[in-house]
Amino acid sequence: MSESILDPHLRFDTFVVGAANRLAASAARAVVDAPGTAYNPLFVFGGAGLGKTHLLTAIAHAMAERHPDMPTRYITLDDFADELDAAIRGSQADAFKRRYQDIGVLLLDDVQGLSGRREMQSEILRVFNVLQGAGRQIVMGSDRAPADIRDVDQRLLNRLSGGLTVDIGPPDQEARTELLRRFASTRRITFGGGVLEQLARSPLGNVRELQGALNQLVAHQAVAGALLAPNEVWQVLGTAQLPQRADEFESFLQDVVTSVAASVEAWRTHLTARIAWWSGQGFRTAVLERALELPEAPDVEELDSSFAAVADRLRTLEGVAIRVDRSLTGHAAFRDPERLREAETLLAHAVAAAEPLPPPDNRWQLTDLVRTAGNRAAIQAVADLVEQHGEVGTPLFVHGKSGAGKTHVAHAAARVLLGDEDSGKRVAIVSGAAWLDELLVAMHAGQLERWRARYRLADALVVDGFQAFDRQTRAHDELLALGQIYSDAGRPVLLTSDRPLGAYVGISAGLRAWIEGGRVVHLVAPSVNERTGRQTPVPDGDEAAAPNIDIRGVRDATPPDGVRVTRLTPPGGIALGVAGLDAEKMILEWPEAPGRLMEEMR
Amino acid sequence: MPIVNYAARELTCKIVYYGTGRSGKTTNLHYIYDRVPANRRGSMVSLATQNERTLFFDFLPLDLGTISGFATRIQLYTVPGQIFYRSTRKLVLQGADGVVFVADSQRRQREENVESLRDMHEVLAEQGVDVRGLPLVLQYNKQDLPRELIETPRELDDTLNFRGVPSFPADALAGVGVFETLRKISQLVLQRLSAAPPAAMPVR
Repeated sequence: MSESILDPHLRFDTFVVGAANRLAASAARAVVDAPGTAYNPLFVFGGAGLGKTHLLTAIAHAMAERHPDMPTRYITLDDFADELDAAIRGSQADAFKRRYQDIGVLLLDDVQGLSGRREMQSEILRVFNVLQGAGRQIVMGSDRAPADIRDVDQRLLNRLSGGLTVDIGPPDQEARTELLRRFASTRRITFGGGVLEQLARSPLGNVRELQGALNQLVAHQAVAGALLAPNEVWQVLGTAQLPQRADEFESFLQDVVTSVAASVEAWRTHLTARIAWWSGQGFRTAVLERALELPEAPDVEELDSSFAAVADRLRTLEGVAIRVDRSLTGHAAFRDPERLREAETLLAHAVAAAEPLPPPDNRWQLTDLVRTAGNRAAIQAVADLVEQHGEVGTPLFVHGKSGAGKTHVAHAAARVLLGDEDSGKRVAIVSGAAWLDELLVAMHAGQLERWRARYRLADALVVDGFQAFDRQTRAHDELLALGQIYSDAGRPVLLTSDRPLGAYVGISAGLRAWIEGGRVVHLVAPSVNERTGRQTPVPDGDEAAAPNIDIRGVRDATPPDGVRVTRLTPPGGIALGVAGLDAEKMILEWPEAPGRLMEEMR
Repeated sequence: MPIVNYAARELTCKIVYYGTGRSGKTTNLHYIYDRVPANRRGSMVSLATQNERTLFFDFLPLDLGTISGFATRIQLYTVPGQIFYRSTRKLVLQGADGVVFVADSQRRQREENVESLRDMHEVLAEQGVDVRGLPLVLQYNKQDLPRELIETPRELDDTLNFRGVPSFPADALAGVGVFETLRKISQLVLQRLSAAPPAAMPVR
């Protein structure tokens, strides 16, 4: 991050975009989207008070948010010169060089000061060579174009103008009005209709002068104790600030300004200004434009803040997405609040490609489960789920005591849902405890969006061990949000739990309601007799139950080298059960004594 | 009704200068044209005969810049005053947001003024426009002529201004009263914005 103390208000969202600075603002955003690749170097020039430093500082803030791992440094040329002098005097030239070698984005302001300073020019050229050679980004601000900076080494001049050179002109009237509105709003000052428009028409060329004139109006209004009228603006400011063509047409125009300001509906005007603002930020504003056509005034503030919330989210998604996949930079979905779902999906695809989900455990098959009178309904419900019969998209909640076969059911169901390798399907199967751990890590690392995206796109969601969620309020919201995405898309969700839903005291009402809206089944652990097959005959037509084989733990598992195993269960045969022990938890294959000894020795 | 396109942030008004032939409608527009900065005006379209009589209509678009967030445009039209161009006048009047009736102040033009004003009311009525709701301003032009030749504004008010709308004495050649008239009609037109029913909001 930059070492200088940067004005926290100079951000992209406080930069008023108009015709005169739109290109510069877009280029600055592009630099943040893809540092070192879009425009390198970016050279922004324009007169004093037109927003160069604002843009450079905005880049620094945005870099800190979106690329915290990429060191960004904002420095004026004079400060750079001071550092260089100090380094040379202190014989620390090497340390100085190293400091700049590690920078990801260098923001160098007031570059016009290079004129005639040969030693500094050669040092800057060296720094530029190092940074650009390493694909780092350089952004410069200057009050004149590179070609107009006199007495500069030709090689450096070529370097300055070798990327994109873009100028910022004086703001047009619309941008000036918006600027003034912002100043007034920041200071919580109210002006009468038409006053700011009138002031915006003053010949004052730069933003600071406009701000000064506004301050005069504020002071006058405070003393007078009444709102200024548009035609009083020039009286307060004096004739020097009158528009230069104060002739008949200007006078007519002033009248029109007053009439329009008094006549157009305030909410539409406000909404219009917000639309212009969001458009300037690069967002598609169709949803706000539709609101303009409403016959009655909507809550514009509410509308605007909802839009802002979605826009913020889109920015976050884009930030995460381009870190995963650079080609997503500037994708239109990240600029359209009506395409939020699409943006989430884009991110999810990108993350899914970069971080594939772990597959279910192959060892467990649905057909291996002993079907008994106590678990048949539950197994059938799982079978329905995986074959997507009945109500798709509603969660299936399977509860049963430890050893009832829940993990078996979860992995076996996930395996079926996954299909064969060519199916292209993805199943998110995770234990409740692991899910919570991942969530915590993601929250601490500021990687929540990326974590969410990883789970968002699978074709089915299986959470084994829902009990881990008890009293984990934050996790409830995440699970519910994710679950509802699956529900809405008609994708299967399976939750297993060691206790019935009613036994939970610490789960949120929303999560409970969502689960209750689905199907809840009880998986009863088979008795020893049932496990060993000595049970009542399988009803006719229940082919799935036909194998009637006990859980054999590891199928086709290869023992470690040097370890011979003794199978308690003959392959394909009937397992031996031990009364009171859960079949799934039972160790069915023991290493023989020499093997055990080798294990001990290890 | 003025077109307020909130979505496109545009506000457009159409103002028509109406009156007898040679009353000075085109002179009004020329005067305005000369005083509007070049970046604010479109090119003036004027279809005139060889002896400079308006054949079809004059059209002067004024771009007033962004006002309250709206790109504001005022379009000024004149109609041909000669009696035989009635169908053209009818066309030009269509969709007018406000009308400036330019009367020739010469005594001998009295009947023509009255006839033209009646003609305007008829054309508007044919178009289903309620003239009582349409912003109207009267301009009594050629007040610079010798007193014996012209009627005073008061006399002209008695003859023409039975609705008691704003009226302005003018000398359009010298520009007297030209902008006063334009200011008033613009003000009246723009005041109607706040009364615009939602249905009048055009769809993009």
